[in-house]
Amino acid sequence: MLFFAVGLRLDRRRNMLRAEVTVPRLKTLLLGAAGAIVLAGAGFAALAWKPALDPVTPPTRESFPPELIRRGAELAAIGDCNTCHTAPGGKVFAGGLALPTPFGTVYSTNITPDPEAGIGRWSEAAFQRAMREGVDREGSHLYPAFPYDHFTLVTEADNRAIYAYLMTREPVRAETPANELVFPLGFRPLLAGWKLLFLEEGPRPELEADHGAYLAEGLGHCGACHSPRNALGAVQHDHALSGGEAEGWYAYAVNQSSPAPQPWTEESLFHYLRHGWEASHGIARGPMAPVVANLAWVPEEDVRAIAGYVARKMGHGVTPATVPAPIIPVPGPGTSPTMADSQAVPPVPGQDAGRAVYASACASCHEAGRPLPFGGMHLKGSTAPHGPNPRNLINVVLDGLPAAEGERAPIMPGFRAVLTDQQIVELLGYIRAAFTDQQPWTGVEALVREVRRGHTTSASRPTDAVQSAPADPTQ
Amino acid sequence: MSAELSRRGLLGVGGALVLGFTLPLRAQEAGQSATPPAKAPPLPGSLKTTPELDAWLRIDAQGAVTLFTGKVELGQGVRTAVMQIAAEELEVPMERIQLVSGDTGRTPNEGYTAGSQSMQESGTAIRHAAAQVRELLIGRAAGQLGLDAGSLRAEQGAVIAADGRRLSFGELVTGLDLHVKAQPESRLKAPDQFRVMGQPVPRVDIPAKVTGGAAYVQDMRPEGMVHARVVRPPAPGARLALLDSSAAEALPGVLGVVRDGSFLAVVAEREWQAIKAMRALAAGARWEGGPGLPEQRDLFATMRALPTESYSILDKNAPVPGTAKELRATYTRQYQAHGSIGPSCALAQFQDGVMTVWTHSQGVYPLRGALSEMLRMPAEQVRCIHVEGSGCYGHNGADDVAADAVLVARAMPGRPIRLQWMREQEQGWEPLSPAMITEAGGKLDAQGRIINWDYGVWSNTHNTRPGPAGNLLAAQHLAEPFTPATPRPAPQPAGAGDRNAIPLYTFPNAQVMHHFIPQMPLRVSALRGLGAFMNVFSIESFMDELADAAGADPVEFRLRHLEDERGRAVIQLAAEKFGWGKGRPAPGIGHGFGFARYKNYAAYCAVAAEVTVERETGRVRPLRVVAAVDAGQVINPDGLRNQVEGAIIQSTSWTLYESVGFTPNGLTSVDWSTYPMMRFNAVPRQMEVHMIDRPGMPFLGAGETGQGPAAAAIGNAVARAAGQRLRDLPMTREKIKAAIGV
Amino acid sequence: MVNLKVNGQQHSLDIDPETPLLYALRDELGLNAAKYGCGLGQCGSCTVVVDGEAVFSCVSPVLLLEGREITTLEGLGTADAPGALQRAFIEEQAAQCGYCIPGMMMRAQALLRANPNPTDDEIRSSLQTNLCRCGTHMRILKAVRRAAGLMQRADASPTPATGAVR
Repeated sequence: MLFFAVGLRLDRRRNMLRAEVTVPRLKTLLLGAAGAIVLAGAGFAALAWKPALDPVTPPTRESFPPELIRRGAELAAIGDCNTCHTAPGGKVFAGGLALPTPFGTVYSTNITPDPEAGIGRWSEAAFQRAMREGVDREGSHLYPAFPYDHFTLVTEADNRAIYAYLMTREPVRAETPANELVFPLGFRPLLAGWKLLFLEEGPRPELEADHGAYLAEGLGHCGACHSPRNALGAVQHDHALSGGEAEGWYAYAVNQSSPAPQPWTEESLFHYLRHGWEASHGIARGPMAPVVANLAWVPEEDVRAIAGYVARKMGHGVTPATVPAPIIPVPGPGTSPTMADSQAVPPVPGQDAGRAVYASACASCHEAGRPLPFGGMHLKGSTAPHGPNPRNLINVVLDGLPAAEGERAPIMPGFRAVLTDQQIVELLGYIRAAFTDQQPWTGVEALVREVRRGHTTSASRPTDAVQSAPADPTQ
Repeated sequence: MSAELSRRGLLGVGGALVLGFTLPLRAQEAGQSATPPAKAPPLPGSLKTTPELDAWLRIDAQGAVTLFTGKVELGQGVRTAVMQIAAEELEVPMERIQLVSGDTGRTPNEGYTAGSQSMQESGTAIRHAAAQVRELLIGRAAGQLGLDAGSLRAEQGAVIAADGRRLSFGELVTGLDLHVKAQPESRLKAPDQFRVMGQPVPRVDIPAKVTGGAAYVQDMRPEGMVHARVVRPPAPGARLALLDSSAAEALPGVLGVVRDGSFLAVVAEREWQAIKAMRALAAGARWEGGPGLPEQRDLFATMRALPTESYSILDKNAPVPGTAKELRATYTRQYQAHGSIGPSCALAQFQDGVMTVWTHSQGVYPLRGALSEMLRMPAEQVRCIHVEGSGCYGHNGADDVAADAVLVARAMPGRPIRLQWMREQEQGWEPLSPAMITEAGGKLDAQGRIINWDYGVWSNTHNTRPGPAGNLLAAQHLAEPFTPATPRPAPQPAGAGDRNAIPLYTFPNAQVMHHFIPQMPLRVSALRGLGAFMNVFSIESFMDELADAAGADPVEFRLRHLEDERGRAVIQLAAEKFGWGKGRPAPGIGHGFGFARYKNYAAYCAVAAEVTVERETGRVRPLRVVAAVDAGQVINPDGLRNQVEGAIIQSTSWTLYESVGFTPNGLTSVDWSTYPMMRFNAVPRQMEVHMIDRPGMPFLGAGETGQGPAAAAIGNAVARAAGQRLRDLPMTREKIKAAIGV
Repeated sequence: MVNLKVNGQQHSLDIDPETPLLYALRDELGLNAAKYGCGLGQCGSCTVVVDGEAVFSCVSPVLLLEGREITTLEGLGTADAPGALQRAFIEEQAAQCGYCIPGMMMRAQALLRANPNPTDDEIRSSLQTNLCRCGTHMRILKAVRRAAGLMQRADASPTPATGAVR
């Protein structure tokens, strides 16, 4: 770790750390802690100390105005609290989700108001401090897996609402498993160093004037996934929103370098965020699925604000007149039979092996003309083949889109057991060449192998965004 | 397996196809009219319409028994049950029995296999026929042996004398005329003598189904068979305006395109070729016109605005003083689909002027009538033979696909035509189960007794079966189209939309109205239980609401109003086995109860359910379901249990998940992504089905008895777990979450 | 020509190489077990095993499966000599209409091969891709558990089933 640290140079003003030594760009939030070892040794120890705040008796539901709880629910949805603070098959907000990292596993905490296992003894002040500074009630620093570098921007009023919402959930007595981290990263005071480097405490009143910016940069923490991170796991602010990684998926750039072949507009972004799909862009999957599921029921104006902000970041699309015609025409209703079964292979030109895979296994859905969200996206209009790497395509080819429970949602079968690695490599090569004007990807074979063997997480979530729960969650 | 025998035997050689027309003509023709022959004695079950013994049962010189039933296997185990009955009363081993079912060339006409009536009708007929044939054989043996019939007994396919002398049925049957009318009375075996009936005999059809045997019409492959596919309009009511079939016809393997008006099909040598040709043909078709379906969000307002015929089906008045509380509630249900896993399929062959169709229709005789009308052929020239398909649960695409197949077969004489629907055709064109509205009102007295019950149900017909040719989809698309029959309400006590609308409970005042809606915005017909599902759901939900208002335990409250002893017994049994009322469920968990006697005259069923509702997401998980059933004399307890288990899961899926989506332009539920149903993760952790056997009592149909009570039990459990009552089906996660709020 | 190895036998088929495996099995090889349900990989009726893993044959073109080991339900035994999984399904009477059952069984076969002693949740999770409309789920789960037991027992030789009297 010292080896990595040698060349570190802090550019505090740009909130950016440059690594002179070429470090493989690992997605690790914990790497930050590695650097912090050095920094802590350099005399930041004193900064690490934070006082414990007094425990309180868990507040009653009656102590909060109902409209505050309601707004808190909406804000918590915008913040996607449920996504990380719920284990597969576990109770919502009871924590325990394992976040695997190269340095061990961090478990999300129980944020139900259980007085022992959860945050039932937290005062509102303690909650405000956690959101603003990344410190828990007892004064321990929290790992930046909890995105307080974004949440620090949340206003006191909004935090109050989220607090009201969380404190009125059903308390769940579920202990959070102990983190399994390599020495010495379990030593939390090290995190003070990381914060010194990368946490610029909010709020920022100038941001609040732009509701979309405020939600997207703060509570919505879009940049936590959609931005590249530096060697210590902090967002590179001068490359904010230019693409990042999340749970084994590539989070595409959502600024001017967006690879979407069909430019996004505020309206199309709104539809996508609100409904989880958009006719000429595709459907949300992977870690984006729970995000859009949450945005489905928050106030429309919040989603519109986020969509407007992101559209502006992309630098186009505010006026519909500037939007080019759809790459893939969307058929009008009632013009042809509603086709679910697409068992007919349209002719696909070409000779190579990848074409044969595409023509026989993919084209029947992806060129059948059945409109989204239930039909297969025509790849000419899809972002995935145009992206800087084929990670998401590989994930979807292998595992498909599992059925959502009891809800209308697209289903795609996975081809893990049908296609060999070689066939997938050929397929990806064909798709890149046939549907984009981009250079071929490199390192595809290794990536396919790595993803198939599960060396990286590539779970496809059902599009209802609810983890598949066991039959008896009471057990 | 006899299913295979009949099929293979008939299909093995093309020339044998018409060999089956050997049964007595009267058996074929009987039952064409619904009324029994004049002056006929009151014969049991379907003997009423087909009284000759040899129409039901024949024995050859080797002693092999062939049974004939007009009821067909739908996965409900009817073949095994009928064979058990015959083995019991005839005193032959099951292995010696073959069963022929649902063949207009060979079996009695028993109408449709529907309404949980197979055991009451066919089972009863075969039981009596077998008992009477057994007595005839004993009588004949008595003559031959010079002994008194009373000293003889039948056993294992033979008649045995006290001195050990033995005459096999094969020996006895020679010269015995079974072409005689059944007697009204039979010497039935006493229940304590049963050795086959009441036993969990393994189903005869299962081994082939789990080993890849030919078990379904989809699996038939007669010599020379070719594959056909239909092309359907983009929406109901659209007509084919222009067709360029050249691209389809140019494809490899394509044998021809069949068009009659807006009916369009293509035939190819191989199935995959037919599918590709179907797509090419669809691409060359231009349609015009269309329906204008209602907007789905306005569905119930649309229904209420349609003209109704209102019938009072119960009006009971007694002056009762004082009302403590009055409650009203409205319940609604969206259109739901049969959703067979295997799309409908038929095989048809037109040869030597005879149209033969192998079909998984629930009613081969009614289908024959419809097909002959559509083809303008005499009924004798059309033969319908039942072969199993995927489970149908009512009137799905089975009859329609048979019509499609015969139209293609007529255009291509000689070739056996196999026509299977695609998934979106099954989902998009099957007749749906109608959307329904119910309204319940109740008044409680100070003692917590219901003193007035007031209930109404709004529904379309639940029966557009053929019958008339106009009820066949293809017949409506022909150049000279047939018009669908005008829908009529079905009479009580069975009813249709109003099935089980009259509660079995006793109230001093009770009014029940059936508001029949003749106009059908979407094509609808029979789905398992018809209106009973929604009516029982509504009645039993409302009973819980009234129980809450009365501060009573839901089970005790039901018993308080129920006099029917057998009904009380199943309620008590289900409650006891469930452990009802023992301890309060944990937060987020709810217990619910539901009860009904199907059609108020078939099997009794009570269901208790435990579910959990996740507050934050609205997700429901059924944890434990316990049912108690009284189906009279049980023929096969494992088969009955299987049926009720299935009913519970299917009904739970309807209750929680299922609704057909549509827009003014047509149906949008065309596959499993757009018509989601229950998958394994949501199946209850535990399920128990308890039976109250009633030896010697009449068989009570049980195939549909679970649908309503299961829905009610789940609904009531959800209401308690969520703390909110959901009255609009399906009660999806979103609706539950919205009801809970934050 | 497409070369397919099905239930241990090599077949050379003169068919369109883009034909889904389902139609090759049913129409060319006369195998009944794999069923057409949706053609979209949504219901699992068509499930077969390829190189030990469960595959939707309706969306798997034959040209991608040359040289692979394909197993259908017919490869597990016959009505007279049922394999362990088939015995278990007969003994549990785990079918109503039965149309979905071959697909269920092949997915279970792949599961039990990879995980000989699965938990209830693992069985459910594995079968999540397969739909049953009759509601036979409880029996299917029991049958898979029973099959696991039969397969584990050394004496699980394919003898004719005795039938279920339960």
